Formats: sequence, structure tokens, C-alpha cells
Amino acid sequence: MPKDSGIGASPKRREDVRFLTGKGKYTDDINVHGQAYVHFVRSDVAHGTINGLNLDRAKGMPGVLGIFTGADFAEVGGIPCGWQVTDRHGEAMQEPKHPVLAHGKVRHVGDPYAAVVAETLDQARDAAAEIDADIAELPAVVDMKAALADGSVKVHDDLTSNLCYDWGFVEENREAVDQAIQAAPHVTTLELTNNRLVANPMEPRVAIGEYDGSGGDYTLHTTSQNPHVIRLLMGAFVLGIPEHKLRVVAPDVGGGFGTKIFHYAEEAFCTWAAKAVGRPVKWTSSRSEAFMSDAQGRDHVTKIELAMDNDGKFLALRTDTYANMGAYLSTFASSVPTWLHGTLMAGNYTTPLIYVNVKAVFTNTVPVDAYRGAGRPEATFQLERVIDKAARELGIDPVELRRRNFIQPDQFPYATPVAVEYDTGDYGATMDKLAEIADLSGFEARAAESQARGKLRGLGVNCYIEACGIAPSNLVGQLGARAGLYDAATVRVNATGSISVMVGAHSHGQGHETTFPQVVAEMLGIDEGMIEIVHGDTSKIPFGMGTYGSRSLAVCGSAMVRATEKIINKARKIAAHLMEASEADVEFANGQFSVAGTDKSVAWGDVTLAAYVPHNYPLEDIEPGLEETAFYDPANFTYPAGAYACEVEVDPDTGKVQIMRFAAADDFGNVINPMIVEGQVHGGLAQGIGQALLEGCVYDENGQLITGSYMDYAMPRADDVPFYAVDHSTQTPCTHNPLGVKGCGEAGAIGSPPAVVNAVVDALQRAGKTHVTHIDMPLSPSRVWAAMHA
Amino acid sequence: MVDISMEVNGKTVSGSVEGRTLLVQFLREDLRLTGTHVGCDTGQCGACVVHVDGKSVKACNMLAADADGAAVTTIEGMANADGSLGTVQAAFQEHHGLQCGFCTPGMVMTAAALLSENPNPTEAEIRAYLEGNICRCTGYHNIVKAIQAAAAQAQPMAAE
Repeated sequence: MPKDSGIGASPKRREDVRFLTGKGKYTDDINVHGQAYVHFVRSDVAHGTINGLNLDRAKGMPGVLGIFTGADFAEVGGIPCGWQVTDRHGEAMQEPKHPVLAHGKVRHVGDPYAAVVAETLDQARDAAAEIDADIAELPAVVDMKAALADGSVKVHDDLTSNLCYDWGFVEENREAVDQAIQAAPHVTTLELTNNRLVANPMEPRVAIGEYDGSGGDYTLHTTSQNPHVIRLLMGAFVLGIPEHKLRVVAPDVGGGFGTKIFHYAEEAFCTWAAKAVGRPVKWTSSRSEAFMSDAQGRDHVTKIELAMDNDGKFLALRTDTYANMGAYLSTFASSVPTWLHGTLMAGNYTTPLIYVNVKAVFTNTVPVDAYRGAGRPEATFQLERVIDKAARELGIDPVELRRRNFIQPDQFPYATPVAVEYDTGDYGATMDKLAEIADLSGFEARAAESQARGKLRGLGVNCYIEACGIAPSNLVGQLGARAGLYDAATVRVNATGSISVMVGAHSHGQGHETTFPQVVAEMLGIDEGMIEIVHGDTSKIPFGMGTYGSRSLAVCGSAMVRATEKIINKARKIAAHLMEASEADVEFANGQFSVAGTDKSVAWGDVTLAAYVPHNYPLEDIEPGLEETAFYDPANFTYPAGAYACEVEVDPDTGKVQIMRFAAADDFGNVINPMIVEGQVHGGLAQGIGQALLEGCVYDENGQLITGSYMDYAMPRADDVPFYAVDHSTQTPCTHNPLGVKGCGEAGAIGSPPAVVNAVVDALQRAGKTHVTHIDMPLSPSRVWAAMHA
Repeated sequence: MVDISMEVNGKTVSGSVEGRTLLVQFLREDLRLTGTHVGCDTGQCGACVVHVDGKSVKACNMLAADADGAAVTTIEGMANADGSLGTVQAAFQEHHGLQCGFCTPGMVMTAAALLSENPNPTEAEIRAYLEGNICRCTGYHNIVKAIQAAAAQAQPMAAE
């Protein structure tokens, strides 16, 4: 019988009622009294010199309150990058200034160089059309290898080249890996791209800046996954506003997927302009603006080599990647192809020698940063694709080849050659579970049935591992992070026993308002309805780092557990006093304190009331009130892992791929709310299938964004995907956080792209197209057809 | 400016709008019915779907002036008279058919339109009908399940 409350239950989400009745409060739903509107004027060329901006006519347009350009921000800080990567020669990465408004040059289509503030949005747009901009287009550089060639156009004139860094990992392994590959009986090589994606949360970004001159206080409402991070970055590094004078609020946020982690120029502008024009300033991104201003994802070009012995035992792995940074370094851009990518190249396997080289490159394109999975999908894709190719070359079943190389359950904790230590896992168990839920043994019969209908059926299987629960501060500090990555929670017990929990994590679809109370209710033995979660407002919540990297429960949830433990400890002292008993004799269960071996007891509400009405209270020993805060810094990453299977049908006449079945067997450790976990996996799978079959952000050779709207960028629709079979019954709990949880938010997007591509290649191979060993994503009908007929 | 009047969620409303004002702008900014969302500028995403005279319409693709005299229903008008969730809304909650909630109003309005046209749709018919609504969170699995459940509940005789 499934539980109906507490850990392991799937109560209906409490946030749903407001979302289903139109009562959600997203940033664009907020209008501040007296607000003005800003329209950003964005570059329509990828690279150009700003020779002059004539604002005269525009300033005379109706309703205009102010027009600002890069010159107004010349003395203002740039948008900072939060992670310093040191390259293989010991040099710091090249880090160009990222101005709030472009000054002197524009460097990508969409780069804002002017901003018009007016009484209405239409007036701001109308005035913007009257700006006379003299921008001389320069040759643009889009291709990463071309950007690194001698004599290339430079994105930033003040840098030595377009190379941000040349990173080697682990540099000491380089020679040994080269030798092992040289000497190996078999080496499988694969060159591939990881296509550039646009995150596309359905809510476009919005910012509303306010300034109260009476006290010098600023407020920013913004669509963020981490309001405290925005307050820190914008306040300390861009605008010079101390924390106590800056409140950042991220109310209901309509999806993030990484792209709402970062601090953006529009946020800084609206905050700054509120003071400059003396009015609140609101900006709402159009979808077209989102395509050219939200940080994009992926965009790697990779060569991977896997060395094996004759039995398919992995001996060494070498991978060379070019990673596109775009025109500027976004907040965490530098960490994605390095510490979130290189550290995962061991996958689920015992490969003893690994060397990863990453060249990060500036180009005249929109900045690239973390998108759901962030580095880990790129690692998983290349590894699981090369293993599939190797299996075919060696004539070993691809599942069997993986099994031969799995890290075994008795090998944990397992230190990989790429600097991380997996705490727990059972990769054979998730593969067994996959075989069951995907009905792998029934594939041949289904393939025959497809063939009878003239379709080519293929099966793709792969594994994945990810590093989540980001992250141990001392470790990431050594790796270049310019922030700590703990999180925080305050548990405020009110006089009548109800509870507000203020958390640093931010919920923008994850359902924290439902799941976090399940944990506290389980610990206290009280009804979940007595507990509410407060998030998203720096004036209400403790300093926490927000939600990304599947970290909310593993890190912030752990802080909440620790704070709740402090609450229980103090409440026990109060209860002991009320019952005139020794604290050591007080037991706590089901919301009731009792004295062991007696019939004495006091209820939760009696104790909480005593804390706030301390008439009969040990004031000499403890303070009144019942409120505790905990900061939790994890000891390690968490390592969710699993095995995925995809079955496709390829239409031999058109190359169109249809996903027929998709199964995901995950190990997330302990699970708080199975319904939410399954929903997270479903969504990740659709994004991964989207990457594999449909999505691709394309620039032409001049840096023009070809896919600038939903007319051109193919988002997955309901009829592009099947019902998914998902399972999370394999549970090897995390050993170093109090809940034993690993995180589930990114798995689907990490594990699914290789499954789809493996399946398509399998379908073509089975049809005798043995020359097809790889097709680059997205596997559009034209690409598949062309590969078949190459 | 154009003077317009229409019935929104059963109440008569009027306003004065520019000719270029979209229905979705009138609903959100003039009437402050912010449940109808704007997720794109090319009529693709479906976050702004409302019902105009009983037909589902993307409110970003219709001028407010063109809705003069019409009967408009938005997500704010979908609950039962007693304030409880309507059949489709309740099914979305029951089956976890929403995560961030941003596409949800449009999904619910589209689903309701589907069920009024086709009370007992197949899975394929549901997926095809949702072509004009994009969700980035759910992978559609639980949205389709919710609509199937709503259909079953609204049509208890359909299975017999």
C-alpha cells in the first residue's frame, strides 16, 4: 500500500491549483505602480564597429524617458564570469569584459547596444525605430576551428586570440594515455558534434527594476533560478550595490533548464535605469529576443578514441573537444566543458587511463552556458556513442560490452582517473531493470513486425552517470569556482505549531512546495498541511545558491534536514521541562513528546506554544522561540546513474525517424516523491529526444541566427514523443547526505540522446547500411536519408 | 483608439484600445487576467489559448478589436461555480500534467476544446491536437494521461 504522506508518497502538488486557475504570479504578471518600459536595441549583425548612434530623433518621440547606450556603462562593471579555469600551461583563461550595453563593437546578433525607456512598451519600440545607428559590419567568425586559425578575425581585439583556454585533464595522464592507445590491440575512433541548443523555458525572461531614493533601496524582480546569486553578482560586481540595499525576487518562474541561472545584462540595466529615470523599469523578453539573448547550450565538436583489448576491456580513453563559448563568457560558461564534462568521462566503467583536452573558443555567436545536464550530456553522448561503435567493430553485443566494463558494486567507493569518487551505484542492476521494462528480449519480434510494414526498426541502449548535488565548496574552489556551493534553510516554527521553511533552492517546476514539506512532516510526525515553503525572495530567505545541477534536495534539502534536527533538539529540551523529566528520557514520535516508560506526554503544539509563550519555560537554559537555520555544504557530488533504451522506426523512403518505445531505468538513491521524480525524467527525456531528432541552433557563415523563432527551431511536440517507461526502483542511497538522495532533474536529458542515435544507427545497420556508423544530431529526415544513400 | 466590448468569463467588459492591441494584451494588461500567457511571438507555443465564441483561439493572433462583441473564456473562467477545479483542471493536477505551469493555461484550454469537439479521443488524436501547444517541462506524457483521464471522466458512458 503506497504511503499517502511523508517520504515516498506522491501527494498532489499544492502549487498546481494556482497554476491551473490562472492565479500563478510570474514576473510579467507583476506591474509596479508608475512603471516605465524598456526596449533593447540589438545588433542585427554578428560583428561590427559602432561608429555612431544618433539619438536625436528618437529622443523627441512621444513618451520617451531616457535613451542609454554603451557609453553610459563605460564606468560600470561588466557581467562577471563565476568560474576561473586554469589551462594546461598553468595560464588563467582569457576573460573579456562583457558590458551591460555594447560599447565600440557589437559581437553577436542580439548584442544590445542601446536601450529606450518610455511610458509604454509601444512608445519605447517606436522610438527605438528612430535611432540612427552607424554600425559598420565586420567579418564574423562562427566556426570554432576557423576561429583558432592564424589570422582569424578576433572577437575581442584586446585578447591575444579567440582561445579562451586550452584545458588538459588530467594533464599528468597525457603521456600514459597516448602510449596506451598506441599499444592497444583495438582503438575505436569517432568524430562527432554535440549540437547547439536553445533552452527555451516557456516563460521568456523578464526583469523589473525599482529604486526607492528615500533609503537608497533597490528591488529587482527577475525570472531567476537563484535570486541570491543574482544579488551577489549584480550588486557586488556590476552595479556596486551592497546586499542590504538590494532585494532580488524571483516569483513563480516558468521553467529554467539552466538558462535562468545566469546574471544577464537586462537585469542590471533595469535596476540601474530605475534610478536613472526615477521610475520602475520593466523589460519582458519576446521569444525572438530570447533566441538571441538567453545563453544557449552544448555546441561541442569532439574526437574521441577508445582503446580496448581483444575481449573489449577498456584500456584507455582520449578525447579532444572544441567548446563554443560564444562572444562573451556567461556566468558559468567556463565550467561546463571542463569540470562538468571532463570529470564524467569515466562513465560507468573501469577505464583506467583517461585524458581530456578541451579548447574553449570565442565566436561571434550568442554566449553558451549550462543547459539541462550541462557538460554531462556532452560527456555521455561521446562515450556512449563510441562504445556502441566499438561493440560493432569487435562483434560484441553492445549491452554485453558495457557489462564487461562496469564498475562493480563491491568496488565502491570508486575513484576514477578523472578526479571524482563515486560513492555508490549498481550499474548491472539498472541494466537488468532496463531489460525488463524495455522488454529487450521482445525486440526481434517487434523488428520483424516493423519490417513487415516496410519500416526499419533499431534498438539503442546506453548508460549514463552524472555528478549532481553541486557541490562541495572546498573542491570547486580548488577548481576555480568563485562562489561556495552550499545551500541554506531556515525552519521557523510558529506558536501554534505551523511551520514556514525558508529555502535557498528555487522551484520553477520542480514542485518543492509539495516535496520539501513531505520531508519535514516525516521528521516531525505532523501533517504536511502545517508546513509551507518560502522561496525566491532574498528579503525572506537565507543566503542560498539556488536550483540547478539537480542540487535542490541533495544540498538544500539536506540543510532543511539539519535545521529540522536542531528544531527537534530544542523542542525536546522544552518538552522535558514541561514534563519535568530528564531530556535523555524524552522520546519524540508522531508529533508527540513522551517520557519513556511513563504515560506522560506533550503534543507538538504544546511545546511550540510554550516556546512563544514562555511562562513555564527554562529561560535560564534556552532562548524562547523556535527557529533554526542550517547551512549545508556537501562532502561530495552525488552520482545518479542508469540505463536507457530507445526503439525507433526509420522510414526507408524518407529517412523520418519515429520513436516507438523509450525506457529509462534510473538509480536516484532514495526518492521523496515518485510522481515528481517520474515527471522530471519524462521532461528530460523529451529534451534529449528533441536534441537527438529535432533541435539545433544554426548560424550562417556571417553569424546570422537562422533559427530565431519557433518557426525555424524545432521544439518537441506531443506527437514527436511516445509514452515513456520509467523506473527508479534501483536505489543505492547516497552515503554522504542525510536523505540518501542523488537528484533526478537532469538524468533524462543526459541519458537519452545517445540512445536515440544508437537506435537509428542500429536500424540502418540491420538494413545493410553498414557504412553508417554515425549521424550528427539532430537526426532530421534529410540527414538520415543522406546517410543511408552516402 | 477603438472602443470595444465583450463578454469575458461571463462578465461584460469594455475598453478603449489601439488598433494594434492584441486580444492577449487586452486580457492581460487592461483586464489584468494574467492567467493567459505569452510564450512566443510567432503563434507557435499556445500559452495564450483562450476560447472565443466556443472555439480555441491563440489570443496573440487576434486583435482585441476583432473580439468586439464576442464571448471569451480564459483559464480564470474554467473552474466550477463553487470554485473547485473543473474536470480538465482536476485531471491535470491528479496526473501531474504540469510542472512550471506556464504553458498550462493554454494546455487546459486546448484540451477542453478537444474534448468538446471529440469527447473520446485516441492517444494519437490527443497528441495531434496538441500540435499548437508547446510544453518544455513534462515531456507531454502526463498531459496526455490527464486528457485521457478527463475524457473518461466526462464521458462515463463512452466505454460501454
